[in-house]
Amino acid sequence: MQPIQFGRREIVLTWPVKCRVGVRAAAITLVMLGGVLVLAAMSLVYGTMQVRLIDAVGAIFGQAEGMTRTVVVEWRLSRVVAAIVFGAGLGVSGAIFQSLTKNPLGSPDIIGFSSGAYTGALLVLLGTGAVSFAMVATGAIAGGLATAVIVYALAFRGGSKGFRLIIAGIALSAMLSSLNAMLLLRSDSDAAFSAAAWGIGSLNGVSWLHVAPASIVTLVLLLLSGLQTRALREIELGDDAAKAHGVSIERSRFLLIATAVVLTAVPTSVMGPVTFVALAAPQIARRLAGSSRSLIPAAVMGALLLLASDFLAQRAVKGTILPVGVVTLSLGGVYLVWLLFSQARKRQHD
Amino acid sequence: MINTECQDERHQKGHMHLPNSPLWAHHLTVSYDKRKIIQELSVQIPHNSFTVIIGPNACGKSTLLRALSGLLKPELGHIVLDGKALAASKSKEIARKLGLLPQSAIAPEGITAADLVARGRYPHQSLFRQWSETDEQIVANAMEATGTRELSHRLVEELSGGQRQRVWVAMALAQQTPLLLLDEPTTYLDIAHQIELMELFAELNKQGNTLVAVLHDLNHAARYATHLIAMKDGHIVAQGRPGDIVTEQLVEEVFDLPCKIIEDPVTKTPLIVPIGKRNSQ
Ligand SMILES: Nc1ncnc2c1ncn2[C@@H]1O[C@H](COP(=O)(O)OP(=O)(O)OP(=O)(O)O)[C@@H](O)[C@H]1O
Ligand SMILES: [Mg+2]
Repeated sequence: MQPIQFGRREIVLTWPVKCRVGVRAAAITLVMLGGVLVLAAMSLVYGTMQVRLIDAVGAIFGQAEGMTRTVVVEWRLSRVVAAIVFGAGLGVSGAIFQSLTKNPLGSPDIIGFSSGAYTGALLVLLGTGAVSFAMVATGAIAGGLATAVIVYALAFRGGSKGFRLIIAGIALSAMLSSLNAMLLLRSDSDAAFSAAAWGIGSLNGVSWLHVAPASIVTLVLLLLSGLQTRALREIELGDDAAKAHGVSIERSRFLLIATAVVLTAVPTSVMGPVTFVALAAPQIARRLAGSSRSLIPAAVMGALLLLASDFLAQRAVKGTILPVGVVTLSLGGVYLVWLLFSQARKRQHD
Repeated sequence: MINTECQDERHQKGHMHLPNSPLWAHHLTVSYDKRKIIQELSVQIPHNSFTVIIGPNACGKSTLLRALSGLLKPELGHIVLDGKALAASKSKEIARKLGLLPQSAIAPEGITAADLVARGRYPHQSLFRQWSETDEQIVANAMEATGTRELSHRLVEELSGGQRQRVWVAMALAQQTPLLLLDEPTTYLDIAHQIELMELFAELNKQGNTLVAVLHDLNHAARYATHLIAMKDGHIVAQGRPGDIVTEQLVEEVFDLPCKIIEDPVTKTPLIVPIGKRNSQ
């Protein structure tokens, strides 16, 4: 019998898991990974202090002392790692929520989970003054989860899910943003000043102290979401079909939501509410790589977007280092307008 | 405990008892948000049967199928699949014994027909074995059987309603369960494809599968079913061999539809001919 045509060129992988892999998705992912590597190298090398690539690599492997080491490892590498890992986290978080809501607008930055995480972080930071990062991160996770609970409670009343959830989320997001602004205005301590700079999302001045634990948590959750991907793809068929295939749907959905909320909250606790990456990375990855069962293209695209945005943010305006959130917000605005128009057009066709 | 209840069942109402029924329900009450859709319903799907459920819209056919397949927890009563209480079975274990084609399933954007059919293999796969030659063979066979092989590379959203329906049926077949529950599998199909699919189900039934289908076409039901269940308002009105139970009174009672019943010239099964208001004088 002739092999079945899946509509794209595929190879069957036998290791580490036996699965089908689209050739195009794999190739695009590799190209994006190449882009991440190049950008990472450039970010390590260029700056006020130029470092030769070989010295930068040497510094990473402990072959440098003094200023070179401080600049490359303490300042630049922590920033690059943060951009890559958090970008991947946001990309996957967006992919999970867009898939659960069956809507490209259903990403955590649109439906209020990043604002909620930021509210949580702010409350901890301003409420207790200078505190440990673990507490701020916990506050962010709690804020994100609380927002998720509220949005779902508002949206699930009537049964129809995706669109109501997005409307409820957008409304809550707006409310939380003004709450965040109020929290910052009401307190005029140093803490508020640093928190305000962080309010649009910034990687300026991040250090290993925060990046290291947050990256480890994010990486663990990325692995966890990989374990949940098959259930996620089944849930896309509708609850009945997914259950009929043996997915424990309540459990899977809860795990997926919790994973995705934390994947947004933990990066937010370090860099503030960076928008656009979670919204656009899964969609752009999908357009380039074609529909794929894996979340990996969305992760790599998220890393690429955040790294590129941060690279731009540091160099776009001579003499100043913009917060990365400014770049992603402007890109996001353009993308959102385009998305709304193309959705409206599609709706007319239906 | 189950045994004694089986015996209760036998004494009650004189229902026939089918000792090797692969799927039966006892005193089932199913509700949506407190509204009882099905009350105190007992049913046994005969082993190796092609059971067809008929009944008017909103009488609870889909609800019954969803309860029988473990999608909907009954408020009262219990369901036994392969001798084991459904409530005590793991969902993946159920999915290897019982397949369901739901009335409303969603095709994700950008999915090809073959990909969708391959989703039916989920209960047989694991994290480390997400695809195998067996899967490929079974997907190919399911698509062959439903005449969707040529559509395999096409996007599901770009198929016609009937083509899409056959792809969904192929997905249910790919699950390869001894028991298959189908909610309106022939809706959207032209008459030739309807017959083709009904023959496929009859063939699967002959090969030893037990099938339960909700159908709206009474003549197809009467022709192909080995066991017919007529439902109204969440109750079973009659059940048995189509030749034994399909009468003008039954159709009138269940559907409020005056009709004449003649013999199907091809299969000698009952053929229902509605009279209609205009012709009723
Ligand atoms: N998810 C739901 N939530 C609340 N009520 C529901 C739900 N699904 C069905 N119902 C109600 O339950 C009743 C039975 O519906 P069901 O879908 O079982 O009917 P059916 O016999 O399959 O009808 P049809 O022939 O139209 O498919 C209807 O009154 C319907 O409105
Ligand atoms: Mg129905």
